[in-house]
Amino acid sequence: METIILFAPLVGAILCGFGWKVMGEVAAMWIATGLLFLSALLSWIVFLSFDGVTEQIQILRWIESGTLSTDWAIRMDRLTAIMLIVITTVSSLVHLYSFGYMDHDPQWKEGETYKPRFFAYLSFFTFAMLMLVTADNLVQMFFGWEGVGVASYLLIGFYYRKPSANAAAIKAFVVNRVGDFGFALGIFGLFFLTDSIRFDDVFAAAPDIAETQLTFLWGEWNAANLIAVLLFIGAMGKSAQLFLHTWLPDAMEGPTPVSALIHAATMVTAGVFLVCRMSPLMEFAPEAMMFVTFLGATTAFFAATVGLVQTDIKRVIAYSTCSQLGYMFVAAGVGMYSAAMFHLLTHAFFKALLFLGAGSVIHAMHHEQDMTNYGGLRKKIPYTFYGMLIGTLAITGVGIPLTHIGFAGFLSKDAIIESAFAGGTGYAFWLLVVAAAMTSFYSWRLMFLTFFGAPRGDKHTHDHAHESPMTMLVPLGVLSAGAVLAGMVWYGSFFGHADEVAEFYGIPYAEAAAAGDTHAEGAEEDHGAATGDHGGAGEHHYVFTGAPGEGAIYMGPDNTVLDDAHAVPTWVKLSPFIAMLAGLGMAVWFYILNPSLPGRLAESQRPLYLFLKNKWYFDELYDVVFVQSAKGLGRLLWKRGDGNVIDGSLNGVAMGIIPFFTRLAGRAQSGYIFTYAFAMVIGIAVLVTWMTMTGGAN
Amino acid sequence: MDNLLSIVTFIPALAAAILAVFLRGDDEAARRNARWLALIATAATFLVSLFILAGFDANDTGFQMVEEAEWLIGLKYKMGVDGISVLFVMLTTFMMPLVIAASWNVETRVKEYMIAFLMLETLMLGVFMALDLVLFYLFFEAGLIPMFLIIGIWGGANRIYASFKFFLYTFLGSVLMLVAMVGMFADAGTTDIETLLTHEFAFETFSILGVQIVGGLQTLLFLAFFASFAVKMPMWPVHTWLPDAHVQAPTAGSVVLAAILLKMGGYGFLRFSLPMFPVGAEVLTPLVLWMSAIAIVYTSLVALVQEDMKKLIAYSSVAHMGFVTMGIFAANQQGVDGAIFQMISHGFISGALFLCVGVIYDRMHTREIDAYGGLVNRMPAYALVFMLFTMANVGLPGTSGFVGEFLTLMGVFQVNTWVAAVATTGVIFSAGYALWLYRRVVMGDLIKESLRSITDMTARERWIFAPLVAMTILLGVYPALVLDVIGPSVAALVDNYDTALAAADAASQMAAN
Repeated sequence: METIILFAPLVGAILCGFGWKVMGEVAAMWIATGLLFLSALLSWIVFLSFDGVTEQIQILRWIESGTLSTDWAIRMDRLTAIMLIVITTVSSLVHLYSFGYMDHDPQWKEGETYKPRFFAYLSFFTFAMLMLVTADNLVQMFFGWEGVGVASYLLIGFYYRKPSANAAAIKAFVVNRVGDFGFALGIFGLFFLTDSIRFDDVFAAAPDIAETQLTFLWGEWNAANLIAVLLFIGAMGKSAQLFLHTWLPDAMEGPTPVSALIHAATMVTAGVFLVCRMSPLMEFAPEAMMFVTFLGATTAFFAATVGLVQTDIKRVIAYSTCSQLGYMFVAAGVGMYSAAMFHLLTHAFFKALLFLGAGSVIHAMHHEQDMTNYGGLRKKIPYTFYGMLIGTLAITGVGIPLTHIGFAGFLSKDAIIESAFAGGTGYAFWLLVVAAAMTSFYSWRLMFLTFFGAPRGDKHTHDHAHESPMTMLVPLGVLSAGAVLAGMVWYGSFFGHADEVAEFYGIPYAEAAAAGDTHAEGAEEDHGAATGDHGGAGEHHYVFTGAPGEGAIYMGPDNTVLDDAHAVPTWVKLSPFIAMLAGLGMAVWFYILNPSLPGRLAESQRPLYLFLKNKWYFDELYDVVFVQSAKGLGRLLWKRGDGNVIDGSLNGVAMGIIPFFTRLAGRAQSGYIFTYAFAMVIGIAVLVTWMTMTGGAN
Repeated sequence: MDNLLSIVTFIPALAAAILAVFLRGDDEAARRNARWLALIATAATFLVSLFILAGFDANDTGFQMVEEAEWLIGLKYKMGVDGISVLFVMLTTFMMPLVIAASWNVETRVKEYMIAFLMLETLMLGVFMALDLVLFYLFFEAGLIPMFLIIGIWGGANRIYASFKFFLYTFLGSVLMLVAMVGMFADAGTTDIETLLTHEFAFETFSILGVQIVGGLQTLLFLAFFASFAVKMPMWPVHTWLPDAHVQAPTAGSVVLAAILLKMGGYGFLRFSLPMFPVGAEVLTPLVLWMSAIAIVYTSLVALVQEDMKKLIAYSSVAHMGFVTMGIFAANQQGVDGAIFQMISHGFISGALFLCVGVIYDRMHTREIDAYGGLVNRMPAYALVFMLFTMANVGLPGTSGFVGEFLTLMGVFQVNTWVAAVATTGVIFSAGYALWLYRRVVMGDLIKESLRSITDMTARERWIFAPLVAMTILLGVYPALVLDVIGPSVAALVDNYDTALAAADAASQMAAN
């Protein structure tokens, strides 16, 4: 079944991309979409019936060289199962949505066929993403990793006539490659240390790796920390974390369904998935995890500040994505991989919802994306409005404080903030709370600018604004349900009591022998008895007892963040809610009660405004430091290095004989030399041939 | 068939001889006959060569299908293949029919053109099969002549300069090799490569004019061979002949040059340098590794600013050959496996990229990148093929380009992390220059007046690309096809290398005590 889930999208991509001429456009698109829905259906069956036991399915041999042995294989565990439903669900909905959204795209001339290509790319992306999450070893994961990169490149550059789209596509690919640089070195390092890159072997060796010193570049490093940081550099690229984030906002050049699928729900979460997947290693790399936490929190804050002032509806959501990914990394960084996955799941629903909603708005407004030209659309496109409203309630984290009732983001985001506090980093905690307030502000700002107030911009466009077709509204509805319910349904599994979480991920666990002594020697032996004991969940105190590699995630015996997070003071639990209210209040004040205020504030705080508006000037800085200098250096090496130094010195030697050869060359053209040379070569050949044949081969 | 290797080697030569002797006149019919005869001969060579592959036993690490005969003045004619060389033979026979098919539009001196390519094939095959020093040298050097003529006669505007640059560079490198070969004969008393592989060349340190030569004779011999192979490869800083040669060569010439001729350097390292002069190789390994790493970064940066398509791809070839030399001198299983894989894969990929340039050059007669733009609008099939090979060139997993890069980097990481880290930056640069090229040529709106009526690939062109596409993806998904064949031989090579070094180490310890 897993094999079908994996390959159905690939088959769809091939049939749709190459077969549309034979079977017609619409049939090709439906085949791709149908196969995706099949994949999604099977994924849900797998997810719901999954028993927590890791399974491996071999498919084909791959790279084998000496002790290196990799296969194409599926690793089926809880992490994979979670990712399967996220990917296939969002992807199948996006396929469906694209029927409406991509119809009559003004980027294309009359009679041009572009839709099958689009669907084929989408399906191909889905396949690559599934490869990434089902991988059984790091190289196969790298295959998926790069595969989604290519799909992303193709889809960002889908409007290939637009120079800006082409530039954004290249930028996305190259910046991701910077991350891959780290990822690849991490893989090499792991192979060097463990002679294997299969997850099982690497996980089993994790405790040893932590004891090893590795000489890398200029110094000696703790191997676990070094490898963890290198892999995390890969994650930074894919998940657009600070310093490698610049490609994500530009990626909005792609069609909106692409933004929803790739740049919100799935591909950008691959980095988070990587860190969670490598949790057995990460647990042994405390310094690296501090770095992950630090960078995640900083990104969450940074991206939120930039999101405050953007006016392009998609860019606001893009920065919001960047910021939410920072949250997930903080969770992973403090050792709460489960909370990271929780937010990954809920975020996929509400962020895809927001993007598809934004797409619906853009569709209604004839591909106008600037929010300053929106306003008062609530009545014109009511379904879209309600969809986006639910998405906004979910992302800002609306719920009933101190209970487990609320929109998806309320449960998962609070879980992360509590974990950050429990994990002991004040820096991360406070930045996340502040970012939560800003999240609320920019999300509501988006809602108010788009749906409330008086219509702005082109009157004609507003008059003709229309609700989207059913193919676009149905996905919005399904995702809305997810954005409302996903948090409440799975709270226990992801962030409940230790035994629930352990059951969910298939991690062995045991009842703590005595209060205050969570590392009891006998914990291992208690395992059998404890797993059978479900009765007193909540009153009993449980600890994880698995060895690295047992279960889908690994939490070390001294990792008590889960319990600590449940025990944080009440003010901590309330803080994200208060931040949300503050952000909402500010947004109401700025955009409903006092609409002239934002403009005046931007005027009076001009340097700050420009700083944020220009995204902290990262693009300008990188252009000078990397792009221009690389080109300059290239030119220098070419003209001076190759031209003057190398050719100059070598040719200098030859100059003496050049005139002689030039004379020869003159004759070569007249054909003499040609004949001579040929006579010579053929002579040799004939001689050799004759000798062989007559001499006889022994 | 006891002389299968000779048959494969000399079918093209035979066809060339037939063309030279029997084909008269220069009318349309004669040209057609020349083309068809060449195509049939190369195709037949390929088909017969499949018997080599079929009869090859990968687990036997010695030479197979060996032919030996007495030759002139006491020299020997000896041919054979092992796991290192057999796939280069296959690469050559596989590429040549495609090369001939890609030359279908050549109209000047068709007969001579076909003769040149057929002779070139024989000589290249001879290089990979020869098991005697003299024979090897003969093939190795004679191969220069047809290539020199191909560039010099059917090349572009500046072909004379390029052909002489090509000739001089490679020839000067080879002279040193010849001297070394004489030295080897003097030391070992034989020119038989199989025997030389087991001969232990002296490695006691001595000094010439007060300069200490660590590794002694081995180091000197290594350097002499290195001079020749490094130019052939080409390695930085003796790579500058390649971009000029590529730019001026006709499309088919570029394809052969990139796909096969460059591999002779890498093959030479594996056949001679590493197994015969292990001590010398070890002494100079750091130098070679750094030259490789510099090559990757340096030429990638240069590729970034090229304005001529062929030049850009030529520089990218140099960068990819940097991975090869790096892998070879990592001298472990992953490194050497990766190096051979990279050479095979680069044969398909760079060959295809030069063919891609050829497709539009045939239509527009310019290689200037700025002369193009927006081709996807009128050439969707071309855009797809070019995209695939661009990605393969970038080393995308799932294409054959990835496996070689990945294995060589993995191999070198175990030896020197600095070199590995510097070389890994190549994956960033390659993405930069390759996609930037693709964008400028294929993407964008079609606004140039001259391109308005450009046509997509013809059926002939599609059939040329089809086998290359198939191989690139097949080897990317199932690299075992190559790795299974080369694995045991490479393992033996690496093993012998390590043993020899350990023995040398022990010997010098003894001497010291």
